[in-house]
Amino acid sequence: MIAVVALTFRVTGIALLLAAIIGVPIGAALGLARFPGRRLVTLVLYTGMGLPPVVVGLFVYVVFSRSGPLGDLGWLFTPAAMIAAQTIIAFPLVAALTMSAVDGVDRELRLQVLALGATRWQLAWTVLREARIGVTAAIVAAFGGIISEVGAVMLVGGNIEGQTRVLTTAIMLYARQGDFALAMALGLILIALALAANAVLLQLQGRSR
Amino acid sequence: MSGAGLAYRITGLRHRYGGRVVLDVPALDIARGETLAVIGPSGAGKTTLLRLLQFLERPTEGRIEYAGMPVVVPMPIEIRRTVTTVFQRSLMLDRSVRNNVAFGSRLRGRREFADVDALLERLALKHLAKAPARSLSGGEMQRVAFARAMATRTDVLLLDEPAANLDPRNVAIVEAMIKELQARGTTLVLVTHNTHEARRLASRVLVLLDGRMIEVGPTATVFDSPSDPRTKGFLSGDLVY
Repeated sequence: MIAVVALTFRVTGIALLLAAIIGVPIGAALGLARFPGRRLVTLVLYTGMGLPPVVVGLFVYVVFSRSGPLGDLGWLFTPAAMIAAQTIIAFPLVAALTMSAVDGVDRELRLQVLALGATRWQLAWTVLREARIGVTAAIVAAFGGIISEVGAVMLVGGNIEGQTRVLTTAIMLYARQGDFALAMALGLILIALALAANAVLLQLQGRSR
Repeated sequence: MSGAGLAYRITGLRHRYGGRVVLDVPALDIARGETLAVIGPSGAGKTTLLRLLQFLERPTEGRIEYAGMPVVVPMPIEIRRTVTTVFQRSLMLDRSVRNNVAFGSRLRGRREFADVDALLERLALKHLAKAPARSLSGGEMQRVAFARAMATRTDVLLLDEPAANLDPRNVAIVEAMIKELQARGTTLVLVTHNTHEARRLASRVLVLLDGRMIEVGPTATVFDSPSDPRTKGFLSGDLVY
């Protein structure tokens, strides 16, 4: 049980971290910059937010399958493939909601920050900091999206006991076996973990004033 | 006026938004260390002029020189950091009052904030230093915005209605601080609707009307014997636009 919880946290945590490392700067840049094709990029991101996880799982499965382009890595049915799938699911959520949060920072405030002597990087950092509530919400939304996700991790992880079994796939397994008490218990653990993780994120959001 | 003592030189400026000319200034020099008041009704182009002088916008036609260099956007950061603005809308960063006032200093890598504390004290904001700046009243925010600009210690300070929301006591404090800046040789461009304030602080006055420069001259001359009848009409409160 502890191994399942630990793996759930490991897979979701690393995927969320990767999605944040890639998604927050890209979302911030899209929120700050105006360039031809921005609307198209936004459209792609918004579409990505609604991607069915099982389709992402299928895509990752094909890519990492033995005959796939990254088959040599041997990641299929390992936590690495699960992390890859969850990162792809989380990235558009983080990037699009970060973009929206940054875009929502008063444009005149940006001018005032520039007038106070900010370089472009200082401006970007300041605006991102002003948008931190929205950026945290983006990360929280992505966390909620992937910790509760089952289709993709089932497809690319295989729900192998002791290797790729996470809370959601375990719940599904025990429910199918008719062990509803255990499935419900795991469900409550999942909810408690989500609650704890969101509490930590919200705590971080409120800091540094 | 010789070029050497100039902060700004504007030549043939016609600035447009979407094809519409919003500011037309054929020629204007602003000397280093002078205080130029800019007056005119709402929509006259005063704020646009400040944006151009702050290098936030590139003039669509004509030329602006700052310290002998043509203004481009973006200007090099070391040049940009010699000019700052107190905007009409005092927007606060989502942090404490003290951190707002220290913001410009921090951007410049300064580690010493004694002047920040002195400014807070001077502007009667010390008791609010740790308060979230966005929780303040309009007048308090305006004082924070003024202190924030003062703390940057720039050569040029552009002021867009800096005392509009202040009570008489705070107007007096801000004006006293502006006079100290004048004594230090800071170049000031003061946009104001308050002709009394312009009289008290400015050595010259520029009158803008409907985006056009109507008149510029010494304060007493513009206010007491304006050469343009539209200036006279504006000062007496008659509709001239």
